[in-house]
Amino acid sequence: MSDRPGLEHVQVTVNGKLFERDVEPRLHLGDFLRHELKLTGTHIGCEHGVCGACTVIFNDAPVRSCLMFAGQANGARITTVEGLARADGQLHPVQEAFRNRHALQCGFCTPGMLMTIVAFLSESPTADEVDIRDAISGNICRCTGYETIVDAALDAGRVLRGEA
Amino acid sequence: MGARYFGAEVRRVEDPKLITGQGHYLDDLQIPGVLHAAFVRSSHAHARIRAIDTSGASKMAGVIAVLTAADFGEQGGKMMPHMVPVAAVKQPLNYQPLADREVCHVGVPIAVVIAESRSIAEDAAAIVDVDFELLPAIIDWRKALDPDAPRAHSGAPDNLVAGLHGRFGAVEDVFAKAPHVFAETFETHRGGCHSMECRGVAAALAPFGGELNVWSSTQAPHMVRRLIAEHLGRDEQTVRVIAPDVGGGFGPKCSLYPEEIVIPLAAIKLQRSVKWVEDRTEHFLSTTQQRDQAWELEVAADNSGRLLGVRGRCVHDNGAYVPYGLVAAVTSLSAFPGPYALEAVDVKVDVVFTNLVPNTPVRGAGRPTACFVLERLADRVARELSLDPADVRRRSFVRKEQFPYSTGMKARDGSPVSYDSGDYHACLEAVLERGGSDFLERQKIALDRRRYLGRGIASYIEDTGLAPFEGATVRVQPSGKIVIQTGAASQGQGHATIFSQICADAVGVTIEDIVVEAGDTGTFPLGIGAIASRTAVTAGSSVHQASVAVRDKAIKVASEILEAAEADLVLEDGVVRVAGSDAQVTLGQLAFRLNGMSGIPMFSGIKPGLEATAFYEARKSTFASGTHLAEVEVDVETGRVEIRRYVVGHDCGRLINPMLVDGQVRGGVVHGIGNALFERMIHDENGQPVTTNYADYLLPTAPEVPRIEIIHFESASPLNPIGVKGAGEGGTIPAAACIISAIENAIAPFNVRLTEHPISPARLRQLIKAATISGETAPIAREEAIMACSIGVKRTV
Ligand code: FES
Ligand code: FES
Repeated sequence: MSDRPGLEHVQVTVNGKLFERDVEPRLHLGDFLRHELKLTGTHIGCEHGVCGACTVIFNDAPVRSCLMFAGQANGARITTVEGLARADGQLHPVQEAFRNRHALQCGFCTPGMLMTIVAFLSESPTADEVDIRDAISGNICRCTGYETIVDAALDAGRVLRGEA
Repeated sequence: MGARYFGAEVRRVEDPKLITGQGHYLDDLQIPGVLHAAFVRSSHAHARIRAIDTSGASKMAGVIAVLTAADFGEQGGKMMPHMVPVAAVKQPLNYQPLADREVCHVGVPIAVVIAESRSIAEDAAAIVDVDFELLPAIIDWRKALDPDAPRAHSGAPDNLVAGLHGRFGAVEDVFAKAPHVFAETFETHRGGCHSMECRGVAAALAPFGGELNVWSSTQAPHMVRRLIAEHLGRDEQTVRVIAPDVGGGFGPKCSLYPEEIVIPLAAIKLQRSVKWVEDRTEHFLSTTQQRDQAWELEVAADNSGRLLGVRGRCVHDNGAYVPYGLVAAVTSLSAFPGPYALEAVDVKVDVVFTNLVPNTPVRGAGRPTACFVLERLADRVARELSLDPADVRRRSFVRKEQFPYSTGMKARDGSPVSYDSGDYHACLEAVLERGGSDFLERQKIALDRRRYLGRGIASYIEDTGLAPFEGATVRVQPSGKIVIQTGAASQGQGHATIFSQICADAVGVTIEDIVVEAGDTGTFPLGIGAIASRTAVTAGSSVHQASVAVRDKAIKVASEILEAAEADLVLEDGVVRVAGSDAQVTLGQLAFRLNGMSGIPMFSGIKPGLEATAFYEARKSTFASGTHLAEVEVDVETGRVEIRRYVVGHDCGRLINPMLVDGQVRGGVVHGIGNALFERMIHDENGQPVTTNYADYLLPTAPEVPRIEIIHFESASPLNPIGVKGAGEGGTIPAAACIISAIENAIAPFNVRLTEHPISPARLRQLIKAATISGETAPIAREEAIMACSIGVKRTV
């Protein structure tokens, strides 16, 4: 609980940095990241848990930040798209593959896609096309038709396995 | 000028920021002290507003103001200006920024709450009390012209928005003499745009001088500026509209919306910055859609299956207002005669009001549905005459040697429609070849195992590069970096990349030396909008022309400085060199010199600045074309359709960046897959939207979507200096027609004719069941039925 009436105290590590805030209990995690922490890379596409644009990695698992209250993140470790590249700017293999494969157009679904795929490949680096299509079935992209996203994920899988 | 970048698969310059979360979409803009808006919207499809009680909401803590039309005087209540005012619109009815008299669809804005946070604004909006007097609503567009139909707007003489008519040739004669005439009715539906970023508007007053800054997630910032200025009675000079990074557009973000007037009005009234971001529910309710058409058509064909003529009528649901002219309906009409050299066409389109959200173009505009009916008619002819559907196309296409081909139709400006270039036959054959010759065999084997495979094709043309222009300035800075400024906004297409490619080649620099500024009325004076697959043609050509002019100027000035003949100079990698010597000058040095120094005169006859502005003017459209082929499997027990293969033959003239064109095509096809199988915006009989989330309204997701195999043809357009045509919508246009054709072919044993889209599993099951019960499926007829409409079976007629 926060000392301030009606608010909740949240202590959360995002992209390796510790943040503490007092928030309204109804604030969802997506809005918390975007508006409280100004990490606007996480996007809000539907706020009802279907589009996947708001996906972040929450204690190693991909979650929809629109379906979770900020208060529930107390004590958690979160990675957002801003935290994917290394501190020296080197892109994560999935980011690199997205650029090489033209896996984004407007880029609005992209952070959610990236986080979903990064989490998925770290569990299943040998995933094939069917697995990947299944893994991103909860992420809607209106621009690309998905094929290049799948190709990027396959490429990144090879890199992560040390094959490319 | 070497082509180092033009035609190459250059990685996008837009991507680095977008893959690292550094994009700036509307809701990411950090505007100091900004207030948040939430709208009170009509909960009824048609009602009179008796009273609006804002007292409770106004008292809530954190609420700054609750505003209705009355708070903005004349500007709140008057009708908004039209984006494309056209004389054909009989009743040019548009929104008020905030309705205070009558609401004509669910979702019309009535009041706006401005508060310290969005959640407070929404809480307050929920307790604004609107007293409605319900009025009868017209929801079924098919009945909109019945004499006793409820009027979408009370007091209107009828529900007719406009009657359009396209006609050429001796129609009666052609139909009277044709050996075969077949009649068919169709119903088509497109759905919403569903850009992953919803709409949004923010407005702020500049601290000194009162310039109004508006950020809008729009496809057409200059149009928005023009209309805001017009509505607010301001000089355009005092309004700046910026489209930041935009998360997809697909057509509906080109319309002007009430929120784009209300948010600036509120900012001015309160002298505070105000932001509104549409949520997904509002998107379903208030962002324009492209819904229904009902067609009654006849096709005439000769004995060989050559198509001779099409005639009939379409009723087009316009929705409640006409914010954007008649573009959706007009593009359905002007899509005739498609890729076919018809002798006669006579098609009427009645555009009718309903009490539903307005119908404006969604990717492809009216073309996909027109393509659907034309292609279904071509398939019908094949079926009736037991022909290979490909043969009907072969015999009916405009032939390569006929270009430029005048179709007989008239363009929007009244000039004759002329197809500039193409090779429809070659494209068709290439697609069939890629599709493989073993399909019939596989289909038969599958059928023996009670599995239903089908294959369909669909061909199309698309008018692209719509008039009048987009302009561009190319400016070399003293640093040597080039900035390209253009009015053409972007929503993910990769315009900055293709403009950079064009400019880098034409000037002689590397792509890293170029930045693109677009979509800001403050940096480029004029612009039309990223619609109608027009940006590569219009802005691309302007970038090319301006770049060539910059290069010419650089060479000219360098020849003075280096005292060498222009013919001896080479401009490469940003440096002008004298061939065979060490003498050189960089573009940056030239720009520095041309930007002027006090007391030092310019070179005689040379204007200041190493820059040029060009406005390539598109007088006629360029026509892209193509053929798609789909292979599907239908589970006749469940109605489920699996797309097993999808091949695209695509001709958009010269390719600036094949990787980006492929992206446009794939995304377009998948949108068309949605239109074929999934996307239907449903309203109940009272006009209440029923499908208002992504559980009820289905978009294609990765598992349902096949790989899209693409074969490019490059019939250069003779109409612009870079030979290009548009690529943004061609993927979508024939996709629904193609998939439905394949499904019909798969279930040919049941003798079902498919004349609608989208088709859900339940609907398909229903059609199959109805056919089975009516006993039309004699097992013996199966094979013949399949043979009769399978593609790739060569027969001589
Ligand atoms: S915004 Fe969270 S799933 Fe769509
Ligand atoms: S890139 Fe635009 S929604 Fe995926």
